[in-house]
Amino acid sequence: MSTVFINDIEIEVGPKENLVQAAERAGVEIPHYCWHHDLSVVASCRMCLVEVGEKKPDGTIAMIPKLVPACQTPAKPNTVVITNSEKVKKAQAQTLEFLLLNHPLDCSICDQAGECYLQDYTYKYGKAQSRLNEPKVQRVDKYHIGEQIALFTDRCVMCTRCVRFTREISGTSELHVTNRGSVEEIDVYPGEPCNNKLAGNVVDLCPVGALCSKDFLYKKRVWWLKTQNSVCQGCSTGCSIHVDQEENRLYRIRPRENHLAQGSFMCDEGRFGWKYIESEARLFGPRVGKLQAASQHQTAHVGNGSSSKGNGTAVLHEQAALNELATVDPWPSVLNATRQAIKSVVDSAADRFAVVLSPMMFCEEAFMLAKYIKSINKKITLALGPVPVVGEDDIYPKGPKGEPPAPGKAKFTIRAEKCPNRLGVEAILKHFQGEVINFGTITERLNSKKFDGMYLVGGYPEAWLDASVLSKLDGLSTLIVQDFMNSPLTDMATIVLASATFAERQGTVVNHAGLAQEVQQSIRGATDIRPDGRLLFDLSQRQGMYSAASIRAEMAKEIPAFGAFAGEIGELGIQLFTTVEGKSA
Amino acid sequence: MTFEPVLLRRWGKPNSQSIETYMADGGYTALKKALAMEPPKVIEAVQKSGLRGRGGAGFSTGLKWTFLPKDVQGPIYLCINGDESEPGTFNNRVLLEEDPHQVLEGIVISGYATKSTTAYLYLRYEYGDCYRTCEKAIQEMYAKNLLGKNILGSGYSLDIYLHRGACAYICGEETGLIESLEGKRAWPRIKPPFPAIEGAFRRPTVVNNIETMACVTQILDRGPEWFQSLGIPSENPKDPGSYGPKLYCISGHVNKPGLVELPLGITARELIDKHAGGVWKGRKAKAVVPGGISMGFLSADELDTKLDFAGPGKAGCLGLGTAAVIVIDDQTSMVDVLYNTCRFFAHESCGQCTPCREGTAWSAKILARIRAGQGTLKDLDTLTDISNSIGIMPGTTICGLADGAAWPIKNALKKFRPEFEEYITSGRRSQSLEVAGAH
Repeated sequence: MSTVFINDIEIEVGPKENLVQAAERAGVEIPHYCWHHDLSVVASCRMCLVEVGEKKPDGTIAMIPKLVPACQTPAKPNTVVITNSEKVKKAQAQTLEFLLLNHPLDCSICDQAGECYLQDYTYKYGKAQSRLNEPKVQRVDKYHIGEQIALFTDRCVMCTRCVRFTREISGTSELHVTNRGSVEEIDVYPGEPCNNKLAGNVVDLCPVGALCSKDFLYKKRVWWLKTQNSVCQGCSTGCSIHVDQEENRLYRIRPRENHLAQGSFMCDEGRFGWKYIESEARLFGPRVGKLQAASQHQTAHVGNGSSSKGNGTAVLHEQAALNELATVDPWPSVLNATRQAIKSVVDSAADRFAVVLSPMMFCEEAFMLAKYIKSINKKITLALGPVPVVGEDDIYPKGPKGEPPAPGKAKFTIRAEKCPNRLGVEAILKHFQGEVINFGTITERLNSKKFDGMYLVGGYPEAWLDASVLSKLDGLSTLIVQDFMNSPLTDMATIVLASATFAERQGTVVNHAGLAQEVQQSIRGATDIRPDGRLLFDLSQRQGMYSAASIRAEMAKEIPAFGAFAGEIGELGIQLFTTVEGKSA
Repeated sequence: MTFEPVLLRRWGKPNSQSIETYMADGGYTALKKALAMEPPKVIEAVQKSGLRGRGGAGFSTGLKWTFLPKDVQGPIYLCINGDESEPGTFNNRVLLEEDPHQVLEGIVISGYATKSTTAYLYLRYEYGDCYRTCEKAIQEMYAKNLLGKNILGSGYSLDIYLHRGACAYICGEETGLIESLEGKRAWPRIKPPFPAIEGAFRRPTVVNNIETMACVTQILDRGPEWFQSLGIPSENPKDPGSYGPKLYCISGHVNKPGLVELPLGITARELIDKHAGGVWKGRKAKAVVPGGISMGFLSADELDTKLDFAGPGKAGCLGLGTAAVIVIDDQTSMVDVLYNTCRFFAHESCGQCTPCREGTAWSAKILARIRAGQGTLKDLDTLTDISNSIGIMPGTTICGLADGAAWPIKNALKKFRPEFEEYITSGRRSQSLEVAGAH
């Protein structure tokens, strides 16, 4: 630790911190564009210029006569920093005038407006008028720069954060600077657009409106968006994210910086992979009893996304009309029927009933279901559903030939395990079942006709059971399916419990390294679906209202592995387990 | 007493580029002397001579060599800056085209002194003849064991690689040169670390100028005392003095433009009148660039300024620079001169730092507008503001290119402001909006 002085504020700073970070600790903002804590220092935007000196042991202060970039200057002991002198203010205003010289005045149609550092800094540190009397440099926008990203060339301030990202974090090096001086531009090599799996991050890194997400482009003014903290469900990395919504509609997902989880970034799979939330194949309400042949046809028409393409809006309208007519809440009778269905199988042979928990479930949900089931009869089998694994872990930065980095040099990993909470659900299964029975064992037992009834929890964004398993399930007398997506499985179920996606639920997931993070509910689902937590709370006939925090308190008392749930989880999460991977991460 | 050229003594002699004529004229004796000494003694001799770098900044060469860390494991690189791009400068070209071995001998001596394992000779692309003469000369040296393994049985080994740039002024900045050498965009690096600690390929590196290398050869050949006997001694302890011969490039409106070698310290007036045949067409000089366009302008009243390392600075210029003297006659508009200058820097700004990238281009645009008859007096204040806010001196840029871009504006507006005001208020326009010297 060393002591530095920021505008007469004495502050302790850690090793390897620069003056921007030191000032931040003191509550002083030093404006900057090119510097980013995860990228190399280039000190080229010159927005962070400050006056710097050294406090001598005798109390005198020796100032360096010229201005110094704060991002490039280490916070050494007894450094004196002045960020608010006339000299500094003049330099800040001058740098902003330079940056705005060729910048178009198109805030009214720019996606970044409202979260733009050029706007914010100009308001705080700039001058109101430009002295430019000449025409601005004209540049051509580059929509082709990437599948997911567009470059509004004239808005660029040449901070090169995006270029450094593709060189230092993704290692794919698609972006570069072309030309020289005031006509230089960000560009890609001909025919080689920036399509790496982390490309979307350059949109977040861009401090101005130059790099925009095509997915979000012109969809919504950012000041209307309301944000909730959440966790990406795409893989076991469990990236901390912001979910931006307005009027119950999700517009955008952004990484939320969390050094305990993934760092500052997220992959495009997670960033853009949430569209299933709005899928036409969603279940819109529960159902008891097998589908009748006629209505099966209708359901297939209504619900099956693959067969109803092009008719989606009509389906939604039809559903809304149905919802309006349905003034009676269907859930009390559905849950009652579910309890009866379980009871009827269990009463005759408890060991011929199995409950399959999904690694997509939140800890609270898995806990409530497991506890309820074991309270009915200890002989009921609790198992883990399929754990989706696609390929191998995708580790960045890539080398020149696309090879993964050397051990210990990884800066971002997209994990092969495409579910958010295997560790959490496994810990619950170990507690209630004594072991983790995987889905392979369940299918083997199905093959030898060991079950009469089953309760399956889904929650996967894509179809998750293949035809051979489905054909075995079709023979069961009781098949209860809790899922949010229509599928051949829900079609053959005797009871369908229409549940919710992560954006519509609240709860906790445990990532690959044993870090537990909380997912906040961002939007409300359709009228007749039930978030899984509330659904299971009601199913197990608990008194009161579901709240994730109260269930976690209960878990902390009952399961030693979840002892840490007794306290607050906080924005960054808490380390729940120590995994081998977690230790090394 | 007239001065006999030393660095240029073989210029114009038949076949002066060949190693045979060079050795016949006593070439490579300096190298033999150096190889017989311990490397620190060679550095000591160069330090004793008071040699200051000829590239523009005038930093003490021997002192620069001592910044290399002691007891380095692994390679040390010596980069020779032949990216001679400062407008008006052509001394490196003459040295390399006419007497490449004098420079190459200096490179081997310097490499030996700094314990460098590899030398890179960075040449600007336009110097095709230099490239070919150097390539031939290097082959001749390898054939005579003046390069390669165990040079002349001394145990010291060195390879020289020729590297051609791609026509960018910024590659003359030492860290820009290193980046370019590494195959990257020539964006000058932030310092620290300085090249002596972490330079080319992240190894300790020395960057020296071509003319400096020729001087090193002569210092070893004739002794530091000879070098000290030329030039102007230091005036105060803080000033390292201006010793040795210097190649002055004279161009512009003179009767006899060209390259002359003289002891440091000649005045601009003497240089023009005695060595360049005076201003052409019987005219008078209005302004003189003391050392490449980035150094600014001397006015007609300042022609008695001594062109040593300290002189131009006293007259408000940036420094001696490359000692490339450009004479501007009294029929030339300073508005046109400044426009062409600003256009050059706008074109050559690497675009890394905001103030230089935008400031240079903006100044050129303002001057273009003034030349189109659309200027206002307020523009002169804006130009002054821009020139005061770009550069390494106010701390707003990474490298000195911006200072070089700012200084001509500062000097012109300070020393020739009435001419600019008259130009604007009279509503004059320049006859041709195009200026010679396309790039």
